[in-house]
This record gives sequence, structure tokens and C-alpha cells, in this order.
Amino acid sequence: MLQIESRSFAREHELFACVQCGKCTAGCPMALKTKLNPRQLIQRLLVAGNGFDLEGREELWDCTTCATCSTRCPKKVNPMEMIIGLRGAFVEKGRVHPNVKTALESTFRQGNPLTMPRDQRGAWASDLSLKPMAEGTEYLYYVGCTPSYDPRVQKVARSLVTILQKAGVDFGIMGNQENCCGSEVRRLGEAGLFEMMSEENTETFKGLGVNKMFTTSPHCFNAYRNDYPKNGMQVQHYTQILAGLVEGRKLEFSGRLEKSITYHDPCYLGKHNGVFDEPRAVLAAIPGAKLIEMDRSRTKSLCCEGGGGRMWLEGTNPGLRLAQLRVKEALETGAEVLATACPFCLQTLDEAVKHLNAEDKLQVMDVAELVAQAL
Amino acid sequence: MAFIPRVGVYVCHCGINIAATVDVKAVTAFASRLPGVVVSRDYTYMCSDPGQSLIKNDIRDLNLNRVVVASCSPRMHEPTFRAAVADGGLNPYCFEMANIREQCSWVHTSGAPTTQKAMQLVASAVAKATLLQPLEQRQVPTTPAALVIGGGIAGMQSALDIAEAGFQVTLVERSPQLGGHVGHLHRTFPTLEVTDDLIRPVIESVTHHPRIRVMTESEVAGVGGYVGNFLVGVRHGQETVEVPVGAIVVATGFEIFDARRKPELGYGAYPEVITTADFERLAASGEIRVNGREPKKVVFIHCVGSRDQAIGNAYCSRICCMVAAKQASLVRERLPQADVTVFFMDVRAFGKNFEEFYDDVRKSGVVYRRGNPSEIIRRGDRVVVRAEDTLLGEPVEAEADLVVLAVGMQPRADTGAVASLLKLSRSSDGFFMEAHPKLRPVDTAMAGIFLAGTCQGPKDIPETISQARAAASAAMIPLMRGQVTIEAATSFVDEELCSGCGQCASICTFAALSLHPTRGVMTVNAVLCQGCGACATACPSGAINVKHFTFDQVMAQIEVLSDFEVPSIPVPATVETAQA
Repeated sequence: MLQIESRSFAREHELFACVQCGKCTAGCPMALKTKLNPRQLIQRLLVAGNGFDLEGREELWDCTTCATCSTRCPKKVNPMEMIIGLRGAFVEKGRVHPNVKTALESTFRQGNPLTMPRDQRGAWASDLSLKPMAEGTEYLYYVGCTPSYDPRVQKVARSLVTILQKAGVDFGIMGNQENCCGSEVRRLGEAGLFEMMSEENTETFKGLGVNKMFTTSPHCFNAYRNDYPKNGMQVQHYTQILAGLVEGRKLEFSGRLEKSITYHDPCYLGKHNGVFDEPRAVLAAIPGAKLIEMDRSRTKSLCCEGGGGRMWLEGTNPGLRLAQLRVKEALETGAEVLATACPFCLQTLDEAVKHLNAEDKLQVMDVAELVAQAL
Repeated sequence: MAFIPRVGVYVCHCGINIAATVDVKAVTAFASRLPGVVVSRDYTYMCSDPGQSLIKNDIRDLNLNRVVVASCSPRMHEPTFRAAVADGGLNPYCFEMANIREQCSWVHTSGAPTTQKAMQLVASAVAKATLLQPLEQRQVPTTPAALVIGGGIAGMQSALDIAEAGFQVTLVERSPQLGGHVGHLHRTFPTLEVTDDLIRPVIESVTHHPRIRVMTESEVAGVGGYVGNFLVGVRHGQETVEVPVGAIVVATGFEIFDARRKPELGYGAYPEVITTADFERLAASGEIRVNGREPKKVVFIHCVGSRDQAIGNAYCSRICCMVAAKQASLVRERLPQADVTVFFMDVRAFGKNFEEFYDDVRKSGVVYRRGNPSEIIRRGDRVVVRAEDTLLGEPVEAEADLVVLAVGMQPRADTGAVASLLKLSRSSDGFFMEAHPKLRPVDTAMAGIFLAGTCQGPKDIPETISQARAAASAAMIPLMRGQVTIEAATSFVDEELCSGCGQCASICTFAALSLHPTRGVMTVNAVLCQGCGACATACPSGAINVKHFTFDQVMAQIEVLSDFEVPSIPVPATVETAQA
């Protein structure tokens, strides 16, 4: 038994507005391959009286929080937030997958969900002599957990630093003082821990005099932009900074990149925050680069299955991976490079390319890496 | 001989609307002790015939010269009581109303403070009543002509009716030809009539009518005047002509929802995805073909751009269900081999013969699946509609050679501009707002301006015709009567105080104030003045007053309130509240 008070839950999440049209389930990338059916879940909660048993509803952990359901709902219901809320009931009872438990504990103790030591966070930049963030520095570059620790994604952070230094952007980093943004923690249903982190981080930013920041990951970008209390701080994704440099002609390319590129919109950049044009504008500015669009692009972009805590969870149907479907779509375009602008997308798509033995046909690269190559 | 006020006060129970929360007897007793009051009575329904007779008899028997009714809002019954007072032999402006329902009993709970507030409102009204002056309403002749804006089916029908009744009509249309959206339809629902046969004769009648002046490629540039005597500037190219009319019918129509605003549906990106508007042209061309082939699988999708808060159109467009049914039936008829599926949220077949038509369409072999599709993607040379069949509880991917999006109606992009030109309001859906949703569906808040057709909200053809004819009838009232009554409560200038600075003229939206050519002071055109009082507030010398709302009258009302001594109230009468 895992009972929740469904009536107050339904009110809190405004589920009574639902007309049962099914648009959420229709667009859900997981609905076709798992039991996840947001529309039906809403109806079950509405008719449950005051007690609803979540026992056995493993499909709640399939959700990637891609936001397709909530952005398309004609009645402004937010099924994604409903699912995050229901996960909270599992977390409260400690009834979560061991991986999730480890990730949450690591975030609490080490400030990252990757079980990496806190005092190694800034190590990736030890040879770069970057300015520590302080009052008066224009931007904080909030690096994020994966780009700080993962060797593959560290390359993205290093590429971005190269570009920004060349363009003369004034920025600082927090090094070991940087703490996880809590985005994944919140989406795994640990609202309490998220709130604590949000307060802590807000205080730290205030102490450092941060007015403007940019992030590597769309997930951190979204958390600071939409989940944290509004405090007047300007939050941008790095592709927005680069697009600004391109537009202001402050980015000089001395090299060329004779490659055909197809761009995969990360959910947390595109669907969640409407940033579709900036990454494309940056790619289009690279001399020699040829952009090809996949059929599913922009608001229709297919989720890579890496969000919503799914980096730590296989899901109920690990056989058919969305990232593999996505790589197949990219291969169909004939592009040589599958570009993206998200650490999670980079990792899942990279793995899918390997799984499909397509490494000789398709290379998964971050926008920042591609720009750096043509500088 | 000095004027001695003799005021009668009449306190209404309004059934239990007032009496359940206000101690009506206590208010009546209180009123009887107010200065100038010679009689004070209460009654169940003051607006009823016996209630009105009380007032009329007292005017005669007790020689009343001022009357106060404490009841509902003046918007509700001021005309009723003014007429009763006039019937009793008094000038109708010797009447004042205290609103103890909307401003008291309906918004407070039962108890002494509520009754005390009612007493205050009555005392305030009595204070004003003793200072009221008789005023005379005036009649001015009307211009026996009308302006109709918009040459679609609504505007043409209104124009025809008004012209047939014997009045001159100017019909203004922006585009080069008449006919509007209906002119672009192939067949109508539910009778499958050929639209051309329906609209052509109407266009012919309008074009050749001796009393209709059709001005195409023209638009309204400016509107002045008031009900009965508007002066409208109509622009045609570089030239603007002045058209004097007595009434205006607005029939500016709608815009088709732009399906590109739902990029996930691929309209504009996939040639296989078209709208119901495109389908009309396709069907009229004789051949239903996509990419040079006859489609084998056809999918219709309801509610595109309607009932959708995600794009800001919360309303139902009311026609799309039946348009999709009509088009689905045309596909069945022309392409008997094709599979036809309709994805729907609800089927709203509310009109005459609509449900029967929907029955026939299903029986013809069209499959209705309940579910609002989320997106359309490409798969090979087909497109795939991703939906959930909510009755099966299963996500489905329906392949199609042709997808038809049932697009809704939305307000025209120029609705805001037209609204400010004519001083019309818009409802939350963005369409023009009627004066009252139930009782005055074709009127606007502006006297003499009426609404016809889809500019007021989504409608089908018969509803549009009904409203067009209703608007025409309403517009003809001032024209047939030949005169309109001008409000007596207008502003006036104290020439001793006026310095002629003109601040009042700059603030007046009715252009009613002007500088007298020789006396150097401002004068009010009482025909144009609507009595809004903006000029009185703006005047730095306090030289402008509004009749029936003079400074003395308003100050008397306020002073009574500020000096109000709370009378001791006996134990509140218990009033039995009827069980709902």
C-alpha cells in the first residue's frame, strides 16, 4: 500500500481542469513503449475518492519530464508536475530504486548526484587559470555536475572556456564552491532536499555578487530560471551567450568545419524554455557547416530519455531506447554530426551511436565543441 | 415663494432579496424622520403595479414634489420609477434612487451594520432629492440612413433588410468583392447545398438594390456624432467621403485560425496536412488529390485553434465539428475506397438536423475515434497522426495520406482598431462584446451601434443570418421613429467663472465643448454631450457643472454620510429565509 490523499493532490495540481482529451498521452514519448498514461492517471486520481494507491505504479519512474504533455495541454493542466508530485510519495516512504537513493544521498553529501568528491569539482579547470567568481565579474559560468566530473562532457566545458576567452567575455567560476542545482533531485520527487539546496545556492550567489549567469546544461538553466525563487538574476544557457556573440560579430572564426550537422533540441532548452533559434544561429555561423533538420525538430524534438532522473533509472522497458530511435532519425538525414547542447543528451546519444555501431557514420558533438573546432 | 421639499420615501423588500438582510421596517421608520420627508412606506415589490400606485397616489394625495425609492440599481429600475413619477404628475428628474440591494443587501450579511448602511444610503438619497431640479428631455430628428461595416453574409443581410424597409444603406467592404468567408465555401452543412447557389443571389440583390450603396476596397476612417446622427468618414483610396447615418451595423466577421501556430501539427511543412478551409477549395476543384494521388487514408482532427488555452483560444468555435463531418462525408462520397477517421474531443452537433447528419456520416463508414492528437510526424511518404484513443486507453499512430485540420474562428487582427474607432468593448475571447449576453445580444454599449455575425463570436450561417436580421431590426428603431431623445443630464458652463482656457474641450471624447466665438467662454453642445462629467472634473475654475449631478447635490449626499449618526436599531426583525 502506498496511499496518497488524492482529492487534495488533485486540487493542488488542478487536475479537475482536465477534459480527458488524451493529448498528453498522445504526445508522450514513453506512452508507446511503457504503461505510462498520464491522461488515464489523472482520471483515476479524480475518481479515487480520497485515497489512491500508488503501489505497483512503476511506470511513474518512466517519465523523462520532457514537458511535451504540459506544453501541449489545451487546459493548462501539467501532467509532468503531477508525476513529479506522485514520485514524492515514493520518496517520502523511502520506497525508491537503490540508484535513486545513491544519487540523492550523493547530492546531499557531495553536492553532486554522481558520487564524486566535492573537493574535486573544480579539478577540470585546474590548468586553465580561470578567474574565481567575485563581485564585479560580469558573468558567473555555472558549470554543473556532469561537465565538472564526466571526462567526455569536460571537453564541452573546456571548449566553451576557449570560445569565451577568445571573445573576451568577462566571467568567473566557483570551483569547489559550486554545488548541484538540484534539478534532478526535484524531478525525482525529493522536494524537501531541493528546497534546501535552492536556499543554500541562492545565498551563495548573493554572497558572490552574481547578477548574471550562464550554464552548460539546459537542466541547470531551467532550474535557476524557473524553479528557483525569482531574485532578479539573469540566467542564460551558454548557447544564448554564443548567439549574442555571433550577432554582435564578436566571434571570429579562423577555421572551417566542412560538415553536415543535424541539431537535436534538448527538451530542457527547447520545449521547457523555448530556446530553439539560438543554437541553430550559432551552428549556422560556423564557416563550412551545413545544417540539416530532422523531421522531429524544435517543439517536436524526440526526448533522449535522459531527463527527470532517468540518467539513474533504466525504466520499465529498457529494450527500446528513445536515444537509439533518435540516432536512427539523425542517420536518415545523412548528416555526419549529431549536434546537441545538453550533457545528458550528449551522453545518451553517444551511447546509442555506439550501440548501433554507427560511430563511423555519425559523431555526437556539443555545439560548443563544434564552434571551438572552427575558431 | 420659497421651495419647500415634500419627499416621499419608498423602501422595497425585493421579495427576500433586500428584506432577508436589511431590516426594512427600521429603514422606513428612520426615513420618516429625515428632513423634508412627509411620508415613508415599505412594500414587497416597489416595481410592481401596486408598488408604483403607492407612489402615484401619494404624489396626488400628499402633494409630494420629490420621490426617493430605496431598492435596486438605477440600471435596473430607474426608467420604471421615472415613468411612474411622471405618470403621477411630477417631472421625472424629481426622482432619486438609493441602491440598497446591489450595494447593500446582496454584498453584506444580515445584521445591524447592514441595516445602518441602508439607512445611510437612504439619507444620502433624500439629501440629494431635496436639491433636485426638474429637467426637460429633448427630441432631435434622426438621419434616415444606416451604415453597415463588412460585406460578408451578415453585412449583406443586414443591408438588405434595412434597405428593404425603405432606408438608404452604405455598405463598406475592405476587400474588392462581397461575399466574405461564405464565398469561399464549397458546400454547406448539414444539407450539402452548393454554397455558390446560396450566396450569388444575395450578392446580386445587394449590388443592384436602389437603396444600397456598396463601397468595396473602402474602410471606415472615423466616426463622429451619436445615435440618430452619426457622421462617418469612409476612405476609398486617397479619398474620404462623409456619410451621415442614423445607425451603424458592425459585421466585420472573423479570421480563420492560422494552423502554423500549432507547429507540432506540421501545417505548412507537410503537403499532406491541410485545413478545412483548404479542403473546401480542394473539393470545389473537383478532385481530392494529394501529391498527385488520391488519398487512401484520410484523417480529420477537431478543435485546432479552439478550446485550446495553450494558444489562448479558450472558446469553442462551434462550426468545426460539423464542417469536419461534412467534409468527411464528401470524402466518403468521392473516394469510396478511402478510410476516413475523425479524431475528436467531443462532437457538438447542437443545431437543427446536426445530430441526424452526424448519425448519417457515421453510418456512411466514417470512424470516429475519441482523442485529441498531439503531433503529426513524417514516416516515408505518409504522415503519422500521434493520438491516444481514449476509449481504448491506448496511444495510437494513425498513418495518413491526407490530414485535415478543423481550424476554428478567431477575432480579426483589426478588431482592436475597429473597437477604438467605434468605442466598442471586447469580451475576454477578443470578439466584440454585446451589451448583455442574454437580453441584448445584438446591441453594444454604444447607443445606435449594433453587432451582426461572427465579429461578436463564432457562428454558423443560419445563426449569422438571424443575428444580422436582428441587428437590422434594432438599427431601424431610431430610423423609423424619426427622432431620438437626448439625455437631459448634460453639463453646463457658468459664464461668470469660465476663462475659456479650453481644458474641458481637450478632455471631452464627444467633442461637445467649444469656445464661443464672441463671448470668450466655453459652450456645451447639449446634443453631443453624454453627461459623463469629465469636463466638470477638468475645469480649473469649477465653472462646469453636470445637471442632475451638480456640486451642491453631490456635496449634500456626502455631507449627510460624513455627519451620519448611527440610530439605535431595535432588535433586528427575523425574516424567514426560504429554503432553496
